[in-house]
Amino acid sequence: MGKKMHIQMTVNGKAEEFLAEPRELLIYTLRERLNITGPHIGCETSHCGACTVTLNGKSVKACTVFVAQADGSEITTIEGLGTPDALHPLQVAFKEHHGLQCGYCTPGMITRATKLLEENPNPTEEEIRFGMAGNICRCTGYQNIVKSIKAAAAEMNAAKEAAE
Amino acid sequence: MKDEVESREDRVGKLKGLGCSRKRVEDARFTQGKGNYVDDIKLDGMLFGDFVRSPYAHARITGINIDAALKVPGVLAVLTAKDLEPLGLHWMPTLAGDRQMVLADGKVLFQGQEVAFVVAEDRYAAADGIEAVEVEYEELPVLVNPFESLKSDVVLREDTVDEDGAPKDGAHGPRKHHNHIFTWEAGDRDTTEQVISEAEVVAESDMYYHRTHPCPLETCGCVASMDKVNGKLTLWGTFQAPHAIRTVVSLISGIEEHNIRVISPDIGGGFGNKVGAYPGYVCSVVASIVTGKPVKWIEDRMDNLMTTAFARDYHMTGRISATKDGKITGLHCHVTADHGGFDACADPTKFPAGFMNICTGSYDIPTAFLEVDGVYTNKAPGGVSYRCSFRVTEAVYFIERMIEVLAIKLNMDAAELRRINFIRKEQFPYTAALGWEYDSGDYHTAWEKALKAVDYEGLRAEQAQRIEDFKAGKTRKLMGIGLSFFTEIVGAGPVKNCDILGLGMFDSCEIRIHPTGSAIARLGTISQGQGHATTFAQILASEIGLPADSITIEEGDTDTAPYGLGTYGSRSTPVAGAATAMAGRKIRAKAQMIAAYLLEVHDDDVEFDVDRFVVKGAPERFKTMKEIAFAAYNQAIPGIEPGLEAVSYYDPPNMTYPFGAYVCVMDIDVDTGVPEIRRFYALDDCGTRINPMIIEGQVHGGLTEALAVALGQEIAYDDMGNVKTGTLMDFFLPTAWEVPNYETDHTVTPSPHHPIGAKGVGESPHVGGVPCFSNAVQDAFRPFGNVHTNMPHDHWRIWKTAHDLGLHG
Amino acid sequence: MIPASFEYYRPKDLDGVLALLRDHGDDARVMAGGHSLIPMMKLRMAEVPHLIDLQDVAGLRGIEVGAEGIRLGAMVTQSEIIAHDGLAQAAPILREAALQIADPQVRNMGTVGGNVANGDPGNDMPGLMQCLDAAFTLVGPDSERQVAARDFYEAAYMTAREDDEVLTAVTIPLPKGGHAYEKQKRKIGDYATAAAAVQILKEGGSCASASIAMTNLSDTPIFCEEAGAALVGSTLDTAALDAAVAAMQAAIDPSEDNRGPVDFKRHVAGVILRRAIERAWSRA
Repeated sequence: MGKKMHIQMTVNGKAEEFLAEPRELLIYTLRERLNITGPHIGCETSHCGACTVTLNGKSVKACTVFVAQADGSEITTIEGLGTPDALHPLQVAFKEHHGLQCGYCTPGMITRATKLLEENPNPTEEEIRFGMAGNICRCTGYQNIVKSIKAAAAEMNAAKEAAE
Repeated sequence: MKDEVESREDRVGKLKGLGCSRKRVEDARFTQGKGNYVDDIKLDGMLFGDFVRSPYAHARITGINIDAALKVPGVLAVLTAKDLEPLGLHWMPTLAGDRQMVLADGKVLFQGQEVAFVVAEDRYAAADGIEAVEVEYEELPVLVNPFESLKSDVVLREDTVDEDGAPKDGAHGPRKHHNHIFTWEAGDRDTTEQVISEAEVVAESDMYYHRTHPCPLETCGCVASMDKVNGKLTLWGTFQAPHAIRTVVSLISGIEEHNIRVISPDIGGGFGNKVGAYPGYVCSVVASIVTGKPVKWIEDRMDNLMTTAFARDYHMTGRISATKDGKITGLHCHVTADHGGFDACADPTKFPAGFMNICTGSYDIPTAFLEVDGVYTNKAPGGVSYRCSFRVTEAVYFIERMIEVLAIKLNMDAAELRRINFIRKEQFPYTAALGWEYDSGDYHTAWEKALKAVDYEGLRAEQAQRIEDFKAGKTRKLMGIGLSFFTEIVGAGPVKNCDILGLGMFDSCEIRIHPTGSAIARLGTISQGQGHATTFAQILASEIGLPADSITIEEGDTDTAPYGLGTYGSRSTPVAGAATAMAGRKIRAKAQMIAAYLLEVHDDDVEFDVDRFVVKGAPERFKTMKEIAFAAYNQAIPGIEPGLEAVSYYDPPNMTYPFGAYVCVMDIDVDTGVPEIRRFYALDDCGTRINPMIIEGQVHGGLTEALAVALGQEIAYDDMGNVKTGTLMDFFLPTAWEVPNYETDHTVTPSPHHPIGAKGVGESPHVGGVPCFSNAVQDAFRPFGNVHTNMPHDHWRIWKTAHDLGLHG
Repeated sequence: MIPASFEYYRPKDLDGVLALLRDHGDDARVMAGGHSLIPMMKLRMAEVPHLIDLQDVAGLRGIEVGAEGIRLGAMVTQSEIIAHDGLAQAAPILREAALQIADPQVRNMGTVGGNVANGDPGNDMPGLMQCLDAAFTLVGPDSERQVAARDFYEAAYMTAREDDEVLTAVTIPLPKGGHAYEKQKRKIGDYATAAAAVQILKEGGSCASASIAMTNLSDTPIFCEEAGAALVGSTLDTAALDAAVAAMQAAIDPSEDNRGPVDFKRHVAGVILRRAIERAWSRA
């Protein structure tokens, strides 16, 4: 067992501090140390995206980041996107358009989609498919995921317009 | 009262019952990251277990040294077969009547086989402990090809031969060779041979349905917790059949069944991977008993692909005979089935090749014969039904390819050949040559609707033009039109012929109506994404007249749910769905008596109307189900027990037979072998439709898995038995980028024997989709002489087809 | 999949990195985004007792587009390449290629330095940099040197970089003419079955210069001077194309893997190169 190091990070707006072996993978830090079990483990080789979180403003796969690398970082997971009373429009849209089945890929999928829509608020179907290509779903065949993201984009754009 | 002015339509709408695209009740937790999957479970003092696995496909183990591993900080124990032997747990029974090593007992038979189980305080220490276990192997000759295995002197399973080396009888009778497992036959061999030998036209084909894997996004795993104070074992796990797992655990551990509680929490996809019992479950239970602490075992993705539950690996040889004008007269099929090192197929006991004998498909074939030989090789055990009902994918692929091969031989359009041979509507119930009684169908209607929807004639004209252009050098892309028409056989099944480990394949539902008019229903099945909590409530809403939104559905906890055989083989709706309806009808029958009492009329003078019982001929006199529910708890009704509960164990009289018509249009770049799916049309007939939104979602998902299997998804081995496709770099799971949009459509032919006429749909798109994608590839090359090429149709194999046909100049 | 334990360092400057490399020799590895190294460590195929994370090292970031050329700091990510408008103007082939690497999340972590330095024949950037005649800046304990991308790769995972050196930047002369990065792969996230990087300059209707490099068709990227030379002076007629493809096919040495056997890869390499040349020419 290796030496532990002091780690600080902000997860979903909450400051966290702990000692951890540097080899601890960020996904396990979140899931096992901080009990944030929304992000999941699917492939462990950065192909499936079930572990997707937002790290310092960017979508990353938490199975391929050491906790040591994430020292000092800001992280957002599915748990930080909305509350039961104020869901993120993507959370609403995925339910409304049947964008999930077993639910295992969903947290990573939605977390990734939040960044996609930040980068490109009005994506075409092709842009959605390309922008979501780091997230594998075994259940839905993606058609309803694309539909959900399109619907959420429309909703968010309408809300933005209304606010302006 | 508001109810009195409400229209009947409004009242029906409020129930969100059958036919309603009700939004899923599961989604709130999943979209907020609050699902509860097995790896989310965290118990005080929980330990982690993981396996030392064999790097070799076939080797004798001459020594295992665990000393160094035990010195790794955090490692508490290392279990080997020697530790399990005194408990009789170093081997375990498989679902197929064979036995399987839990931990390597003197030798290993496939790469990745479980050799030792390291138990540690956390997953890091377990991983370090695994590295420190020293295993000495003596390599043995490796057999990865079943045909060679059947000829080889090498005995793979010494436990299956007698002192002279002769094979002992197996679970399905005499064995032909020491590496042979079983022979299974269906139909009439002699008549089939005679019909084929006398036929005007005979088409033949060999085809290999490659080995693949269900690969749900969540791997298999469990948490075992032995409470030594109370003598109770709790086992959480990714179980598609939690009740059967409880029985198996009891039988092999000796713990009385009432002291075992098995819980399937949320499951991240199953597709057949999570039906079987795996060494990880046994070792976790043993480790928990030994240490007195909870033990978690979660396989990683490589473990998953390499060891638990492959699918297919069927070498099929077919002969089909017909008259000159295309009427099929006979079908012969032989299968050499590669089962790997142990026969761990998950099939009903009497069906070692599953329902492969549905291979006459949707056609009126008077004579047929099927023979399947199971064979041991140095590959992982399994043989599960990956999104299908017990080898139906193999059967449908076989017949849908044979139809195409026959069409080529007859120089006939394959759509027309199907039309000529479909079982006609008036022939149902139809008894097929291999024994099954198809309950219902209207194939011609579905076929005409599909062909019209895609403008089949137009597509063929476009294809003809494309061929001309190709020959003229104007394009390098060919166009393929893939057709498939499938009949599934799902809903296993009637207890008279379907059991697993002696457990009849009925299923169950128990309903409790609460005083205020809401309800909980528990079933013997378990959702892995199918949306049971949504759809079973809909069935019940229509049956008992309470809104689906007021009905909680619960599954997967063996302490609370009634016994059932679980969810696989599209059996949940056909069997547990039927149990739900039947239990609902029992509720309704009691409610009728209560209503009659309350309305002061005879039982026969009230009738059910959506959400209430009304006095016949006086619709203004009624009692709603909500009122009746309350009365059941607050009134002393003469001759009627208080409460409103019911349970049904449903033994289906027959399977159900969903069917569908699929068309795929594909462009193929002959120079690179890259296919592009231009269009996919899927018409499904699953009988009564419970939730169209969910049906459509199932179709999209099943087609995508079919696309993957047909176009590249493979568990490949090299000659040394090394798995070449152990990560998601090489094991093809398509992303959103590689998947097209699908057009869905339907006809409705209700099952005559199912209480609500439903047939099951989850697996249809996979079963029908694989041959459709494959036929599209093969159809593109038909004009150039292609008869059959094997899947998976990945780039290089498509390229090779073009190359072998001389299309690269 | 849990890697073995290691010591972790996050130095603030290059001197710190070099000191660690000097102290630990072979036992130390630098890590940029980690998306090649971490999976290897998790599979315990790479043993790294001392891991040096470059994320805080000053001077390794930044994209500079100048009149003479382009400088990419080693820690520039694929996503940053894609998002950089000036780069898209100056060397559009970089964006075209980067978009064909892995997926959005991986491109957020994957860096140009990591991609070119680790010598994985499957990586796309090495061949691309050879096509563009880029140079890599290697900083060692006593010196800094430039090594041409075309001279950098020796064998799979074997490069001209010494164990005590760090690759800090990639400099690229401003490319001229038309470009194309053509890649055939099985799916998103896959390495190339075959990929071609092509940059062509057209003058007066004929080819003035052409640069061609291929990816994942040998144990190193293959810069094929002869293939480029076969196009120079031609109007890219069939004969010239055939000659370029033939020259390339003589230079590559693909091996069989799950993507297919050698003859298939050779053939596809030819098709891909032909398409890349045609596309680059159409933009020249």
